[in-house]
Amino acid sequence: MSDSLAVEARGLVKHFTSRKSVTKAVDGIDLSITEGSVFGLLGPNGAGKTTVVRMLATLLRPDAGTASVLGHDVVRDADAVRSAVGLTGQYASVDEDLTGTENLLMLARLYGFGPAAARRRVQGLLEAFDLADAGSRQVKTYSGGMHRRIDLAASLVLAPRVLFLDEPTTGLDPRSRNQVWDIVRVLVDDGATVLLTTQYLDEADQLADRIAVVDHGRTIAEGTSSELKRSVGEGAVHLRVAEVGDRARAAEITERVLGAEVTFDSDPHAIAARVPDAGADAVPRLLPALAEAGISVPEFSLGQPSLDEVFLALTGQPLPDDVEPGAEPGAEPGSDSGSGPGPGARESTEVSR
Amino acid sequence: MTTTLRDAVALTERPSRPSPVSTTLTFGWRALLKIKHVPEQLFDVLVSPIIFTLMFTYLFGGALAGSTQAYIQFLLPGILVQTILFVTIYTGYTLNTDISKGVFDRFRSLPIWRPSPVVGALLGDTVRYTIASVITISLGLILGFRPDGGILGVLLGVLLLLVFAFALSWTFIILGLLVRSPNAVMGISMMVLMPLTFASNVFVDPVTMPSGLRAFVGVNPVSHLVTAVRGLMAGSPDAAEIVWVLIASVILTAVLGPIAMRIYRTRT
Repeated sequence: MSDSLAVEARGLVKHFTSRKSVTKAVDGIDLSITEGSVFGLLGPNGAGKTTVVRMLATLLRPDAGTASVLGHDVVRDADAVRSAVGLTGQYASVDEDLTGTENLLMLARLYGFGPAAARRRVQGLLEAFDLADAGSRQVKTYSGGMHRRIDLAASLVLAPRVLFLDEPTTGLDPRSRNQVWDIVRVLVDDGATVLLTTQYLDEADQLADRIAVVDHGRTIAEGTSSELKRSVGEGAVHLRVAEVGDRARAAEITERVLGAEVTFDSDPHAIAARVPDAGADAVPRLLPALAEAGISVPEFSLGQPSLDEVFLALTGQPLPDDVEPGAEPGAEPGSDSGSGPGPGARESTEVSR
Repeated sequence: MTTTLRDAVALTERPSRPSPVSTTLTFGWRALLKIKHVPEQLFDVLVSPIIFTLMFTYLFGGALAGSTQAYIQFLLPGILVQTILFVTIYTGYTLNTDISKGVFDRFRSLPIWRPSPVVGALLGDTVRYTIASVITISLGLILGFRPDGGILGVLLGVLLLLVFAFALSWTFIILGLLVRSPNAVMGISMMVLMPLTFASNVFVDPVTMPSGLRAFVGVNPVSHLVTAVRGLMAGSPDAAEIVWVLIASVILTAVLGPIAMRIYRTRT
């Protein structure tokens, strides 16, 4: 076992039996997560992400396979794993009836801090997470963002070297989501290893050094964000013409200049083109060519395919919660920023005029 | 935020692993905090014994025992048993609430003595039992309950009752671990406890019952418990029944405790 791996899993399997059916929640997953990195487990609801995390956090016993965290086996050496890991997720929550301070104090005491040390630790964490004023309020009165911050603070009481975050930003508004991301970045800067599960392509793209795409309990692809995108093979150009009548001519010009096939969708103004690697050099010539033909192009974007498209290419299905059928990414100016994690996964250069 | 976050998270000295006693007490402290923040949970504990005592004493007391005064001497130890047995359901209810809210998984992910959340919760239950006992007995005293066993007899009766209550709690802990929702825990427990407490000698002497029912009342553990508690409070302890209750408590704990902890450890 390499000592630079924070998390290592080989052939993890977990099946749930209910009545007569067997759900293969996790069906042979391998993971190798380097210390100090962020690893994203990306997949739709029910893909098995949470089950993987629960096994790694010693909450579930794998049916087959092995896993270790910082070299400690999750079954044989569960207590050592528990001392090294912080956990945040829908299923590892704080007590909503207690106040923020009481929750953290209780955890600090359970981790073995003395009364005075526990108070100091909790005070510091509350201040750092911008919860000092809310500390004496019951957690059930917290907003979604505050709730997630107290969850995060709770998992950091023992300064874990490995942090499991199960869908840390699901249901958060963009501002709170950015706060959570900032916290994760600081922790990783300081050497923590983070395993993050998410259904949001944007989130995996933003935070994760490596991403495993899981579906039906199996890993269907793994790599860095750009590797995954490159595996789909092509970049993409999206543009919208000002006049509907210009679309056919614009398509013709685009085809000629890029040597690429053009696709239309329901928006009568829009054109999309997959750009083959060979045609990438021609992209800068496209806008002048359109301008010369007198076609006004108010929106133009060029980028790698989005992770939506990657997921689609890998599974043959869009991410259920993320893709609005017929929605053309980049169709509205600014739609990619601040619209919440979701369709805004496009890594693109926008040009508006 | 960045620098304060760094400073706050950084840990200069890792604490040493806490003892089982310390973690159990911490969970007991949590149970007290929950009573403080959610005092409504005491409502049942306070109100139901008051209603039952008043209702039975004044509605049926005269008819059953000749006078309300005579009846309360008989009824009060029984009402106390019934009250405490119903309070044990809360052990399963709160446990199941913790599970469905995700709080329990956080506890299970901590490097602590595994049974401490459960044992700590049982400690917290002591407070509920005590409050319920004090309320019931005080009300009884006001209504004319004059136990011949004196303070010592009453305390010993309560103590015996608590021993049995803790043993019985394991049933509800198991239920709390297995059943899907807190309300299901409540429903199933009520369905079991209602017939057990009514088809017993809590309210009436079983001599006038039909023979089949009388046989059931005779083997009903609640009847044994009531007779034992009644004897202690009346100053005429029934050694056989007391021993019966103690043995039953030991068996319940010895069998159900390990089963509960096993389910707790392997629960998915």
